[in-house]
Amino acid sequence: MYQTKYHRASSVDEAVSLFGKSSEAKFLAGGQTLLPVMKQRLASPSDVIDLGKIKELQGVELSGDTLTIKAGTTYYDIMTNADVKKAIPAIAHLTSVLGDPAVRYRGTIGGSIANNDPAADFPAALLALGATVKTNKRSIAAEDFFQGLFSTALEDGEIITAVAFPVPAKAGYEKMRHPASRFALTGVFVAQTKSGEVRVAATGASQSGVMRVPAIEAALKANWSPSAIDSVSISANGLLADIHGTAEYRANLVKVMAQRAVAAAG
Amino acid sequence: MSTVKLTVNGKAVAVDVEDRTLLVQLLRDHLNLTGTHVGCDTSQCGACVVHMDGRAVKSCTMLAGQADGASITTIEGIAKGAELHPMQAAFRDNHGLQCGYCTPGMIMSAIDIVQRHGGQLDEATVRHELEGNICRCTGYHNIVKAVLDAAGRMKVSQAAE
Repeated sequence: MYQTKYHRASSVDEAVSLFGKSSEAKFLAGGQTLLPVMKQRLASPSDVIDLGKIKELQGVELSGDTLTIKAGTTYYDIMTNADVKKAIPAIAHLTSVLGDPAVRYRGTIGGSIANNDPAADFPAALLALGATVKTNKRSIAAEDFFQGLFSTALEDGEIITAVAFPVPAKAGYEKMRHPASRFALTGVFVAQTKSGEVRVAATGASQSGVMRVPAIEAALKANWSPSAIDSVSISANGLLADIHGTAEYRANLVKVMAQRAVAAAG
Repeated sequence: MSTVKLTVNGKAVAVDVEDRTLLVQLLRDHLNLTGTHVGCDTSQCGACVVHMDGRAVKSCTMLAGQADGASITTIEGIAKGAELHPMQAAFRDNHGLQCGYCTPGMIMSAIDIVQRHGGQLDEATVRHELEGNICRCTGYHNIVKAVLDAAGRMKVSQAAE
């Protein structure tokens, strides 16, 4: 790791102010991605501003039909939270298959979506559930927030404070895990909103990051069952291909994971 | 340079380190607690697992500064004098190690698993929960046996306290 200056912020305002005083700063949430990248010398921020001890970024609130998860909440705390399990159990399940126990103790929802890894799990949940990303400056719809590989609508010095999820009627998430990295080779989140809309998002599949899957949404809108997806055809065009799987393999995984997710959602 | 103040195995320490220092480097290079190992250095193998405020974390994937104010327990801090921790004893009795490189991380993760699951542990759960710890010798079979054995012993020793 190259030299860097470590700062611990005690509030969002202090973090923003520290960022403004640095030349090439990075915000540090759980550090489960940023630190490995810094150790490989693929990132060399002049300053690292730790958000991990900011109290206003911790916790979960369920109010009416909205589940709000503060950005600094760890995967473990999300997975074991009673409100999450009650309102959107698919999110508790998603966190239980994300990384490993030690990673889940440190990694945060805010860090995951700010990084927007094309194989990360949480972007699929946000997009399928129609969540809103809250920052210290504004609210951003999930559709507008994710802008391709490792790219988001966040501006320099902007900090995610929370994610607000509308509580769905039904939701499910299933993924084919890469056995070593435990990232999603492909993962699919399916949701039926309380107004009857069907939204489906896939991660790990597209070259442009997390994506909606309109063909599966239409099939499930007509008939909410795994078998409704049997006849859907997913094109391999624009899908990721690497040593772990071809684009055709991932296209098939989008269908299969969607079917399993619908079965899990009930 | 910054001064990091933390509690390690019950003892308060203050260490001057470069800001880029990882927690595992602070433990090994500055405090000479070399029981915590660096295996892959990419947060996959779990040889570096320690407890921070009671939670099993990968000390190669944390800056030392992030642990400022925290209470850290390493493999050196779990035995009571000459008496091994029940998890250590179970690893020995079940041949849960061969070369021993992964063992400190395995034991720290395993204690965390037992503490979270209490008496609800079964083999499938142990195997799933040990995903973040890699062993290249044993094939895991005896490690899993040791964790299940220790789960019983830890319940008994807690009841006795």
